[in-house]
Amino acid sequence: MSDTARAELRQFIVGKFPQIELADDQDIFALGFVNSLFAMELVMFIEKTFSIRIPNDELKLDNFRSVDAMSELIARQSVTA
Amino acid sequence: MSPTPELTREFVDADVAPNADEFDRAERLPESLLKQVGSLGLWAPFLPEAVGGSGTDYVTVGRIHTEIGRGCSGLRSMLTVHGMVSWSVNRWGTDEQKDRWLPELASGATFGVFCLSEPDSSGSDSKAEGTLAEPDGDGWVLNGRKKWITGGQVADLMMVFARTGPGMSTFLVPRTAPGVEVTPVLGMMGTAASMIAEITFTDVKLGADALLGPRGWAAGTVMTGALDIGRYSVACGSLGIVQAALEASARYTAERSAGGMLLRDQPQLRAKISDMVTSRDAARLLCERAGRLKDADDPETIMATWIAKYHASTAATKAASDAVQIHGANGCSPDYPVARLYRDSKIMEIIEGSTELQQLTIADVAYREVSL
Repeated sequence: MSDTARAELRQFIVGKFPQIELADDQDIFALGFVNSLFAMELVMFIEKTFSIRIPNDELKLDNFRSVDAMSELIARQSVTA
Repeated sequence: MSPTPELTREFVDADVAPNADEFDRAERLPESLLKQVGSLGLWAPFLPEAVGGSGTDYVTVGRIHTEIGRGCSGLRSMLTVHGMVSWSVNRWGTDEQKDRWLPELASGATFGVFCLSEPDSSGSDSKAEGTLAEPDGDGWVLNGRKKWITGGQVADLMMVFARTGPGMSTFLVPRTAPGVEVTPVLGMMGTAASMIAEITFTDVKLGADALLGPRGWAAGTVMTGALDIGRYSVACGSLGIVQAALEASARYTAERSAGGMLLRDQPQLRAKISDMVTSRDAARLLCERAGRLKDADDPETIMATWIAKYHASTAATKAASDAVQIHGANGCSPDYPVARLYRDSKIMEIIEGSTELQQLTIADVAYREVSL
């Protein structure tokens, strides 16, 4: 699950920003390309792809900061779903 | 009964379009018309049936907003902001917030408005939020000023964006809360009937249950989501303006002659009308693509909506301008609707993301496609 999630997340992010080389622990906010539009796309992508609804208390920057962080968020929500 | 584009068209033809110039001059919409919108289930038909909505899909919602926009952009603007608030409460609200607000939002008993823009910053520059919400016991105290608030004069529920520390959050503020002051903004160039207001919040005390969505990250969630819904409505409403300009121009040129020739046979005027037909059809396809992506919860809907709004709003200004040109001096008079369409269309290029912001954003699609 975790590897699959990471691969799907990487594919989505690199699909949007093909110029970057992305490591799973890389802070995507530090790369300077993340805006509110992409943040919303990320939320929608994660919810649709992994069939989860992210609760409000999990909607914080740190949970979307890296592929690792998003993967952990997905794992937490998949357990509670 | 679920609202349909066909029923909306009948309503617009009977009660909206014939009176739109009067609404524009009066700078307000009659209460009876707003009640009619509610009785037809048009305020937020996408809400679930369980709370009084119709569960209407977004392609259909878009067609409804196109019909309303064809008749009166002032009314369509009211549907836009109310829809943004209704969508946000349904998407980000707690169970308690949904129970409290959604049935009244669905019926229109509560009218919701979207409060983002401020006097000293553009709506597109959302980082410049000056309104501040500070923790106060279990709740919050809100101070600030919002401007260009569509429907603000008749608002019941205000969805207000405010700084909360380093980030921005969203609050649901009843109009009746002590410290809320509404001042009408009059003399607007377009959508004059949409009852725009400036709203001041002075030491407004809010409970913990006023916070909508995540604390400190409204920019990546509630704000962007709501603006996407609003942008879709504006795109569809702009398509309605193109349609109205086209219909007015076709009627006028079919009936009027100059130099012994019907205007419809003048090549230059035919070219303008051909352009309207083409841009209308393209706008419709773009709007419906964005709507289908929304119905599929596909994140691509956000960019598709930017593109639809960019095309439809610029097509609306072009079509309305051409319609005035076709009508000549008559087009500059209050005797024909095209002068209003012309003024309204310009607003479409400014609200919910200006043309310039779209031109800045949409180019990214090309760089992704060529992997650069």
